[in-house]
Amino acid sequence: MVFDLAFIWAGLIAFAVLTYVVLDGFDLGVGILFPFGRSESDRNVMMNSIAPVWDGNETWLVLGGGGLFAVFPLAYAVVMPALYMPIILMLLALIFRGVAFEYRWRTARWKWVWDVAFFGGSLVAAFSQGIALGALVQGIKVVNRAYAGGWWDWLTPFSVLTGVAVVAGYALLGSTWLVLKTTDHLQRQMRSYAWFLAAATLGFIAMVSLATPFQDPVYFDRWFNLPGSAFSFMVPILVAVASWLLFTGLSDQKDLQPFLSALALFVLSFVGIGISFYPNIVPPSLTIWQAAAPDESLRFALVGTVVLVPIILIYTAYAYWVFRGKVRPEDGYH
Amino acid sequence: MLQGLSAELLARIQFAFTVSFHIIFPAFSIGLASYLAVLNALWLRTKDQTYRALFDYWKKIFAIAFGMGVVSGIVMSYQFGTNWSVFSDKTGPVLGPLMAYEVLSAFFLEAGFLGIMLFGRERVGNSLHMFATAMVAFGTLMSATWILAVNSWMQTPAGYGMNDLGQFVPEDWWAIIFNPSFPYRLVHMVLAAYLTTAFVVGGVGGWHLLRNRADTEARRMFSMAMWMAVIVAPLQIFAGDMHGLNTLEHQPAKVMAMEGHYDSHPEGAPLILFGIPNPTEKRIDYAIEIPKASSLILKHDLNAPMLGLDTIPDEDEPPVFIVFWSFRVMVALGFAMMGLGAWALWRRMRGQLYEDRWLHRAAIAMGPMGFVAVLAGWITTEVGRQPFTVYGLLRTSDSLAPIAAPAVATSLVAFIIVYFFVFGAGTFYIMRMMAKPASTPKLGLRAGPIRTAGLTHAQQRTAHTGQNG
Ligand code: HDD
Ligand code: HEM
Ligand code: HEM
Repeated sequence: MVFDLAFIWAGLIAFAVLTYVVLDGFDLGVGILFPFGRSESDRNVMMNSIAPVWDGNETWLVLGGGGLFAVFPLAYAVVMPALYMPIILMLLALIFRGVAFEYRWRTARWKWVWDVAFFGGSLVAAFSQGIALGALVQGIKVVNRAYAGGWWDWLTPFSVLTGVAVVAGYALLGSTWLVLKTTDHLQRQMRSYAWFLAAATLGFIAMVSLATPFQDPVYFDRWFNLPGSAFSFMVPILVAVASWLLFTGLSDQKDLQPFLSALALFVLSFVGIGISFYPNIVPPSLTIWQAAAPDESLRFALVGTVVLVPIILIYTAYAYWVFRGKVRPEDGYH
Repeated sequence: MLQGLSAELLARIQFAFTVSFHIIFPAFSIGLASYLAVLNALWLRTKDQTYRALFDYWKKIFAIAFGMGVVSGIVMSYQFGTNWSVFSDKTGPVLGPLMAYEVLSAFFLEAGFLGIMLFGRERVGNSLHMFATAMVAFGTLMSATWILAVNSWMQTPAGYGMNDLGQFVPEDWWAIIFNPSFPYRLVHMVLAAYLTTAFVVGGVGGWHLLRNRADTEARRMFSMAMWMAVIVAPLQIFAGDMHGLNTLEHQPAKVMAMEGHYDSHPEGAPLILFGIPNPTEKRIDYAIEIPKASSLILKHDLNAPMLGLDTIPDEDEPPVFIVFWSFRVMVALGFAMMGLGAWALWRRMRGQLYEDRWLHRAAIAMGPMGFVAVLAGWITTEVGRQPFTVYGLLRTSDSLAPIAAPAVATSLVAFIIVYFFVFGAGTFYIMRMMAKPASTPKLGLRAGPIRTAGLTHAQQRTAHTGQNG
C-alpha cells in the first residue's frame, strides 16, 4: 500500500464531520438551552458567548458536504436523496437560527419571534442531524449508483432514538460551554443542568450502543471479533474515564474540565461509530473505495487541504483566543 | 398549486428560486465588504470621523446581509446532492474539488475573521482589526472566484475526460479552472457586485440628502457612490460586451436566443431592440430593429452572416422568451447606471452634486437596480444554457435526483414560505436601518445586549422600547 488516497480522505472527512459535531454541537446546545435562561440578561449572555464563533463552526458543515461532493461524489449522490426530508428540515432550521443572531437586536416587537426561531432552529437542526445519523447507521439501499429505498426509510424507532440522543448530547456540550463562559447564578444553573444532561447523554450512549449491533450483523461482528473487539473493550473504559472526569469536574466546580470531558465523550462515540462503519462510507454496501473520486481529484483536493486546514485551525484558534474568558455582561453588541 | 408539474420542473424551480435568493446577498456583501475595508483604511489614514461613522453604519447592515448569505448558501451546497444527485455523481470529480477549495480558502476565511471584524476592534486594536476586515473582503472575492470557476465550467467545459462509469474526470486542472468563459464571467460578476453595492450606497445617500443636505455622512457616501457609478458602469458595459463575444464563440445558441434570431441572416443580422418572441411560430412579433446592427456589434462587420436558431435542433434550443427579455433588462439597466453616473459627474463639475434634488431622487430609484440587473444577468446565463447542465454534454433531464414530485413540491413550498418570511424580515430590518442617518448612535436600535447588570427589569424594558423605531 503506497498512499491510499481514499483512506486518507475518509480520515479527513471524518475529521471535518467530528470537528463540526463538537463545535456546532456546543453552539446548537446553547440554542437548545436558550429558553431556560431566567432573565433577558442571562439569555443575552448565552447568545453572546457564541455570536463571534458560530459562523466559523457552521462552516465545517459546509466542508463536510462540499468535501463529500469532491472526494466521495457517489456517497454524496446517494446519501442526500436518501435523507431528503431530514436534510431539508435541517437546512430550514439552520436558516431560522442563523439569522436570529442579528435579527433579535433589530426589533423589539418581534424579538420573541427570533428568540423562538433561535431555540426552535437549534433544536430541530440537532434532532435532524441525529435522525440522519441513525438512518445512515441503519443502512441505505443502493442500486445502480442511486438510492433505491423508500421515502420514509429514514424514520424508524432507532433513528428517533439517535435524534433524541444527539439533542441531549448537544445540550450537554452547550451547558458545559456555558459553565466555562459565564459566572454567578447562570453558571450555577448551567452546572446543575450539566449533571442531569450528562446522565441523560450517557444513558442514550448506552442505548444506542446496545441497539447498533442489531442494525446490521456486520456491526456485531466488528465489535465482537478481533481486531474490532480490542476497541470494544477500550472504548467503554475510556467513556467511563471521561464520565468520571466530567462529574468530578462538575462537583469540584471546575470551569474547563467539564467541557473538555463532554467533548471527549463525543469523540469516543464518534470513534465507536467509525469502527462500526469502516470500510463502508454508506452502509451496508458502499465502501470508501467504491465511492471515491478518481485519484487525480483526490490528489488535487488533498494538496489544498494539507496546506489550508492547518492555517484554518490556526486562525480559528486565534479567533477563539481573542474572545476568550468569561462573557462580560457589559459587552455591547457591535 | 403544484400538481401536475414534473419532478424535473419542480427541482429546477426550486434550484432557481433558492439560488436567486442566495445571489442577492453575496452580490451585496462582496461589494460591501470591499467598501468597508476601504472606509476603515481611509479612517485609519485620515482620522476623519465621517469615515468611521460610515464604517460603523454599513458594518451593521453588512452583518445582517452576510448572515442571510451564509444561511442561504448552506442550502445551495446541499442542494446539489439532494436534487441533482446524478449531476453530482457525474461532475463531482471535476467540480467537487473546486467547491472544496472555495470552502477552505474563502468561507473559513470570512467566517474566521468576521467575528473579529464585527466585535473585536477593542480587543485586538486597530491594525489587526484592519487586517481582519481586509481578510473578510478578500474571502468574499475568493468565494466568487471559485464558484464562478464552477459555473463557468458548466457553461464551457474544458480539461476533462470521461471514465467508464460515465463520470467527468479531471485531466488538466488549469484548463478546468481557467475554462474559456471564466475570466469574462469573473470580471463581469465582480464588477456587478461593486455596482450593486454602489447603487445601494448611492440610494441611501440620496435619501438622506433629500432630508438634510448638510448631512456630512450622506454627502460623503453619495459622492463615493457616484464616483463608482461613473467609473465602473462603463467598464461593466465593456466587460459585458466582451463576455457576449466570448459566449458567441462558445455557446452560439445562447446568443441566438438573447438576440432573438430565430432565422439565419446570411447578409448581416438586425439588432432587435424590442419585440415579443413567439416560440410556436418561431419568430419575433412586433419587432423594432436596426438593420445589420447585430452583425456590427458581434462581428464588427455590417454584412457578416449570422446563423439563427433554425440551425439548432429543436431539442437543443434554449427557451427564447425568458433569455431575450432578461438580457434586455440587464442591458437597459447597465446603460441607465452609466447615465446616472454621467449626470452626477456633470453636477459635480458644476458644484451641485448635493443640491440637485432630482439627481437624488433618481439615485433612490436606481438603488435596488443592481440586484435586478444581477438576477436578469444570471437568468440569461443559466436559462440560456438549457436544456443542458453541462453545456452540450449533460442534459438537465439526465441530472436529476430520484426524488418523487410530491416530495420536491413539499420542499419547494417550504422554501418559498421560509425564504419570504425570513429574508423578507431581514430586508425590512436593513431598510429600517438605512432610513436612519448614519450618525445615529447605534442606529437608534437596541443598543445591544447587555448594559443591564445594574438595571432592574422594568427600567430595562423602558430603555429598550424607548429606543426602538
Ligand atoms: C450590475 C449588474 C450587471 C449589469 C449592469 C450588466 N450585467 Fe451582464 N451579467 C451580470 C450582471 C450585469 C451578471 C449577473 O453578473 C452575469 C450573470 C452571469 C455572469 O457572468 O454575469 C451577467 C451575464 C451577462 C451575459 C451572459 C454571458 C453568458 O451567459 O455567457 C452577457 C452577454 C452580458 N452579461 C452582457 C452585458 C452587457 C452587454 C451589459 C451592459 C450593457 C451588461 N451585461 C450589464
Ligand atoms: C455560480 C454558481 C451557480 C451554479 C454552479 C449553478 C448551477 C445550476 C444548476 C445545477 C442548475 C439546475 C439545473 C438546470 O436547471 O440547469 C441551475 C439552474 C438555474 N440557475 Fe444556476 N447556478 C449558479 C448560479 C446561479 C445564479 C446566481 C442564478 C441567479 C438567478 C441562477 C439561476 C438559475 C436558474 C434561473 C436556473 C433554472 C434554469 C432552468 O431550469 O431553466 N444560477 N443552475
Ligand atoms: C455567482 C454565484 C455565487 C457567488 C458569487 C457566491 C458567493 C458567495 C459569498 C461571497 C458568500 C459569503 C457569504 C456572503 O457574503 O453572503 C457565499 C456564501 C455561501 N455560498 Fe455562495 N455564491 C454563489 C453561488 C453559490 C452556489 C451556487 C452555491 C452552492 C454550492 C454556494 C454556496 C455557498 C455557501 C455554502 C455559503 C455559506 C458559506 C459560509 O458559511 O460562510 N454559493 N457565497
